[in-house]
Amino acid sequence: MSWFISQANAQEPAVGPAEDGHAPMDTVGTTVAHEGGEHGGTFPPFDPSTFPSQLFWLAIVFIALYVLMAKKVIPQIAGILEARAAKIAADLVEAEKAKADTDAAIASYEASLAAARNKANAIAHETRSKVAHEIDGRRHAAEAQLAAKLTDTEKHIADVKRIALEHVSAIATETTESVVEALVGKVSRDEAAAAVAAVSASKH
Amino acid sequence: MADVRTDPIHQFGIQKLVDINIDGYDVSFTNSSLFMVLVLAAIALLLLWGSSSRAVVPGRAQTVAELSYEFVANTLRTTAGESGMRFMPLVFSLFMFVLTANIFGMVPYFFTVTSHIIVTAALALLVIFTVTIYGFYKNGTHFLKLFVPSGVPAAIVPLVTMIEIISFLSRPLSLSVRLFANMLAGHITLKVFAGFVVTLTGLGAFGFLGALLPLIMVVALTALEFLVSFLQAYVFTILTCMYLNDALHPGH
Repeated sequence: MSWFISQANAQEPAVGPAEDGHAPMDTVGTTVAHEGGEHGGTFPPFDPSTFPSQLFWLAIVFIALYVLMAKKVIPQIAGILEARAAKIAADLVEAEKAKADTDAAIASYEASLAAARNKANAIAHETRSKVAHEIDGRRHAAEAQLAAKLTDTEKHIADVKRIALEHVSAIATETTESVVEALVGKVSRDEAAAAVAAVSASKH
Repeated sequence: MADVRTDPIHQFGIQKLVDINIDGYDVSFTNSSLFMVLVLAAIALLLLWGSSSRAVVPGRAQTVAELSYEFVANTLRTTAGESGMRFMPLVFSLFMFVLTANIFGMVPYFFTVTSHIIVTAALALLVIFTVTIYGFYKNGTHFLKLFVPSGVPAAIVPLVTMIEIISFLSRPLSLSVRLFANMLAGHITLKVFAGFVVTLTGLGAFGFLGALLPLIMVVALTALEFLVSFLQAYVFTILTCMYLNDALHPGH
């Protein structure tokens, strides 16, 4: 095919259907009303005469694009995405660590707080028990003193009572002696005492 | 008559910029070639220059570059598994090329590289050849299990195998025609409605009023075409991933 030889001014479509070099399209080219049709009226996408040029340049461009993609673009963008993912992961690990540190600090603070509270409780308890112990001691002492005094006093009362009772019998004997003497004359002390003893035995 | 301003087909015309002829084949540098190179330059600029600062907190260009990368990487990983990541350069190249070419086509006066069947067919064949060659290279004859799904009753195995073979053979066709037809039809529709606007405004006051409707349509269609541009690039990519998955893990 040598159709291209007369295509000197292909960019100027207004030349009309002058070229008859389009051998297979002659009849179509003259009957179709498209004066400006560059290829004798053929529907351009189906014009086989343009195929070699399109395929040739498509091959060049697409191979160049493929090489560019495979060698430069994809490694570069994948590298960026990888670096970002790595940085995010590293930052997350760091954040995790900081969070753990914070948790540990909070835990130790709470532990020392609890220890201080326990200590305070212990001191309070100790003080309270010490005071209570002291009070108990003093009370015991006071009670013991009181009890001793009570015992002394009771003993004293018993002594006094015993002495008084001993005197009662002597007084009664004397009284009886003097009453009987006044009534019937002299009587021996032994008889009087025996009579008193008999009376008090029958009374009791 | 159909002048350049309203002719919906004119935008697909290929014009030579530099005549080159190698061994009888015409490989001239055309407007199509120019826009292929521009697409390549735009991708390189966005992805390489955009991510050149390697910032941990990305800027705008780097965000776009990273988003594109992760979008394609996630699509490939979820469709073809971790072992599919070896095809990342191919899939990423395909996605960025098709997407950028489609988006470039939305700029007025720009040429749409993907509106030519030969370009989409070449890309589709590249995918299919990659799948077939890698499938046989990795799995040997086991790759043929792709056509004989397991768990199918013996009686209908021949039928299912035939359907599977036809579906496999129609893949490059559907892959290329889908993209090509979407871009072509979208641009023709846009141009037709835009042509209505031009023609009607030439008819005086009533024409101006009448031109409002197609103008609104053009605006709406432009938005739709941007969606289609992205969607077709995505569809091309995810189908590529699914076919690659067949090569990596045949036998369903």
